[in-house]
Amino acid sequence: MPAPAQRRIIFAHIDEPGYTNDLPCYLKHGGYEVLKKAVTRPPQELIDEVKKSGLRGRGGAGFPCGVKWGLVDRKSGKPIYLIVNADESEPGTFKDRYIMHQDPHQLIEGTMISCFANNVKLAYIYIRGEMPHGARILEKALAEARAAGFVGQNICGTGYSCDIFVHRGAGAYICGEETGLIESLEGKRANPRIKPPYFPAVLGLYQCPTIVNNVETLCHVKYIVEHGGDAFTRIGTPNNTGTRIFCVSGHVQKPGYYEFEAGKITMGELLNDVCGGPLPGRKFKAVIPGGSSAKVMRFGERYKGKRKVGADMVDYDWGVEDVPMDFDSLGMIGTMGGSGGVIVMDDTVNMVEALANINAFYSHESCGQCTPCREGSLWMKKITTRMVHGEARAEDAALLKSVADQIPGRTICAFGEACSWPTQSFIAKFGDEFKGYADAKKVAKPTEEATLI
Amino acid sequence: MIAPTKPDLVTVNIDGKEIAVPKGTNVIEAARLVGVDVPHYCYHPKLTIVGNCRMCLIEMGMPAVDPATKTPILDPATGKPKINWIPRPQIGCGTNVSPGLHIRTQSPLVKDCREGVMEFLLINHPLDCPICDQAGECKLQEQATGYGRGYSRFVEQKNVKPKRTQLGPRVTLDDERCILCSRCIRFTKEIVKDDVLGFIDRGSHSTLTCYPGKQLANNYSLNTVDICPVGALTSTDFRFKMRVWFLKQTNSIDTESSVGANTVVWSREGTIYRITPRQNDGVNDTWMADSGRERYKQVRAAGRLTTVKVNGNDSSPQIAVNAALHFCKDGGVAVVGSGRSSVEEQWVTKKLADALKATTHLVSRVGPGDGLLVSADRNPNVRGALVTGLIATLPTAKLASLAAAIDAGQIKTVVSVGEDLADAGLTAAQLAKVTIVYLGTHANATSAAAKVVLPTLTVFEKSGTLVNQQFRIQKFTKAVPAPAGATDDLVVLAKLATAAGATVPAAELAAVWKAIATEVPALSTITYANLPETGLLLDATPWAALPFVEGESLHFKPAK
Ligand SMILES: Cc1cc2nc3c(=O)[nH]c(=O)nc-3n(C[C@H](O)[C@H](O)[C@H](O)COP(=O)(O)O)c2cc1C
Ligand code: SF4
Ligand code: SF4
Ligand code: FES
Repeated sequence: MPAPAQRRIIFAHIDEPGYTNDLPCYLKHGGYEVLKKAVTRPPQELIDEVKKSGLRGRGGAGFPCGVKWGLVDRKSGKPIYLIVNADESEPGTFKDRYIMHQDPHQLIEGTMISCFANNVKLAYIYIRGEMPHGARILEKALAEARAAGFVGQNICGTGYSCDIFVHRGAGAYICGEETGLIESLEGKRANPRIKPPYFPAVLGLYQCPTIVNNVETLCHVKYIVEHGGDAFTRIGTPNNTGTRIFCVSGHVQKPGYYEFEAGKITMGELLNDVCGGPLPGRKFKAVIPGGSSAKVMRFGERYKGKRKVGADMVDYDWGVEDVPMDFDSLGMIGTMGGSGGVIVMDDTVNMVEALANINAFYSHESCGQCTPCREGSLWMKKITTRMVHGEARAEDAALLKSVADQIPGRTICAFGEACSWPTQSFIAKFGDEFKGYADAKKVAKPTEEATLI
Repeated sequence: MIAPTKPDLVTVNIDGKEIAVPKGTNVIEAARLVGVDVPHYCYHPKLTIVGNCRMCLIEMGMPAVDPATKTPILDPATGKPKINWIPRPQIGCGTNVSPGLHIRTQSPLVKDCREGVMEFLLINHPLDCPICDQAGECKLQEQATGYGRGYSRFVEQKNVKPKRTQLGPRVTLDDERCILCSRCIRFTKEIVKDDVLGFIDRGSHSTLTCYPGKQLANNYSLNTVDICPVGALTSTDFRFKMRVWFLKQTNSIDTESSVGANTVVWSREGTIYRITPRQNDGVNDTWMADSGRERYKQVRAAGRLTTVKVNGNDSSPQIAVNAALHFCKDGGVAVVGSGRSSVEEQWVTKKLADALKATTHLVSRVGPGDGLLVSADRNPNVRGALVTGLIATLPTAKLASLAAAIDAGQIKTVVSVGEDLADAGLTAAQLAKVTIVYLGTHANATSAAAKVVLPTLTVFEKSGTLVNQQFRIQKFTKAVPAPAGATDDLVVLAKLATAAGATVPAAELAAVWKAIATEVPALSTITYANLPETGLLLDATPWAALPFVEGESLHFKPAK
């Protein structure tokens, strides 16, 4: 069976010849028509459509968007803020930047609809600090939209006013964690906040109720309000509605971004049929399905269990290639759909070295507040760095696992999981490679002090 | 079953023990009440909660409730409510009690969490306890012993960080020892409102420092040293001077203003090494000003008076007392009492003044209040002088009435209880016009001009009580012996008063208090011995109309 065709609803115009990121082009393609209609509807109706759609957040956790909006404290009398999380920093993930670069008005329209639905008067787009080009494009697009009455005062002549500002991020991965982002937006170090009590929906930006949504999530909102929540549920699979954008990187013939109905394509179809399979003469060895923090999958392993199909529980027995690409299926087999970053490794990759690279990233990005994450991430990095520099010990695998096990579930934010899951899963799946690394590699100790950063 | 409790109390279950605690209490404090230690670093009861050290992780559960009937589900085996335990450990510092809350502090998961955090805290720690001032009072040492695994699995290079940063004039930082708990940052920002500290860099390389161009120079900087759970922040004054376990601790009171911050004086073999705050939630919480900590230096300061003098010649106390009385026998005497004297001393001063038919005066000492723990009234015990009847109105600046009386020739002799009259406003000419009897600790213009000099003691060498701005009577205790040649103020005053014909009890606190209790209505129920360490509030209504100089400060609001 050939792989299903892409279903581009968010990336409809990405890389389309002749499609430009200015307002006239967007309007020519029907832009802001959804907003014009939306602002004439009761806001609750829009929230209900989003609830009905089953839309799950595309920032990583897959939290239902309608539920999130439902948690917002609307009785406090304080202003409600909306923040667009455009910090996209999870290694392997590169979808939001294309939306912002090539179709910024889609994001602005989705944001304005979401603001109107939630009675938000001020929204911020928090864009990753390393994306100055994207920030400039957004600024220009916002200026156009403001001039045309889609953003700012008296939107579409309805009397509703809401402005959007672009805020450039502070240049750290942790700025993408929603409470870290809020701190950063307030002008402070992006140290994530403890929850309780600082749930953004109640005590977010400036201690006011705040909605934080991913770029892609808000673009989906626009689609949902245009076509209805029911129509959205018909895309994808139950509980995994809509499309997912997969950012495939690494050892495939055709890396890139692909948008499919969620759960309608398997890992095998994505990598072999869509991305052209492994490089010539190579074999797939491992794949990380949802950004670098997701647990790695090992080609050749089998996942068995029972899953719900309709009303029935049915047995499944999957290889990596058979796993449907959706939140629930990937979660069921012990990893996650995350941000959609699919990182492929073939048989030329040594897993100790791959993990050393990931550990270097996470130890560099831990904000440093909580002891387990701060110290554990650097310790794991030091161990894997030492290993690849020729001083691996047989006991390092067990030590790595033990260090990693002391982190998740014990930290302020989910970075604790993000930094420990790679080590936990690499050791669990490729333990032999770690145990045998000292002998297999036989690297002489470098004469100069070399460091991995 | 959880027993129903008073509305403001919440019953929780900690390791199987049930206890009713006030609403809003967190798990660490609730556990403390049942004698259970929940180890912690970043939590401090007087600072905001940030939950960053993760040492206080505990297991938490709530009674299961039947969603249909809303009644608790009972465990058939025990007949007790079934508890739904949250699989993830929770922070005790950030978890407030709620009715029916169940806590486990001793489970395998909790033990594992603590071992993990301890190990993580130690891997990059320099382990230089043998040269660290915190040794002996270090939370890292204590909790490593109590909750750590006891061995290290770390074979990598440790992080290197700055070892001796001067954060300000009084605080030295060793960044390698810092466990990044942020207590110091929160203290100076939240309590002192002087936001100068912060972390730079990320992750394990995070480093505490001052903001560019700033210093930790505020008058409360040394509190960061007290609350630093490790030896990262040290007092530049105390650093490398003495092992804390050799030091004797004596409860005292900060005498730099009418706030009366409660303190501990740390001494060894008659030498004081440091002063730290003592918790009193009605007065100073757990803080005190840096300026008050320096006061021990007066004990050994240059100019300390240790020789009795009469007419400039060395003498004995008895001869000096006789000489003093001789100068007073013709009347025209003024007694300058002191707002720095203890209640007991002021009471005897009053006896002395009455016996000499002297006018009484008090030196006013006013400076800007800082709104926190240094008040505008720099005398620690003006209210004691009011309560004992030494004065009836508040002292005015510059001893104005005394100066006028001297100018008018009405005063021939001035007895000064520890006050430098020149400093208090009398001119050299006025001093020259009178005979001066001086009781005091340090040489000054008054002692130089005095005919009789009786050396007395600093607050660290004697015991007594003071009444602070809240009319809270608090006691201080002798920490170190008096220097040879100096005599307890109370003894000197009692000798003078007796010689002048007054009836005063033996110069001994119990006897003095017995007499005070019978004569001073406001103090009728108090004895030195039964006075609680955190003091006792007196009824202030008799003096409510007086225009006290203090403004608002921590735990004090002036009466309108
Ligand atoms: C360490 C860390 C980094 C994150 N980085 C991002 C990010 O770069 N972009 C993003 O959209 N969400 C990121 N998230 C998730 C956000 O916290 C938040 O859940 C998300 O923005 C919510 O949007 P959604 O509900 O639309 O997915 C991160 C989370 C963690 C724990
Ligand atoms: S888990 Fe890591 S990144 Fe998150 S708050 Fe703690 S130290 Fe910072
Ligand atoms: S210096 Fe001390 S109080 Fe300050 S953050 Fe470090 S360990 Fe905590
Ligand atoms: S005391 Fe530090 S996390 Fe609770």
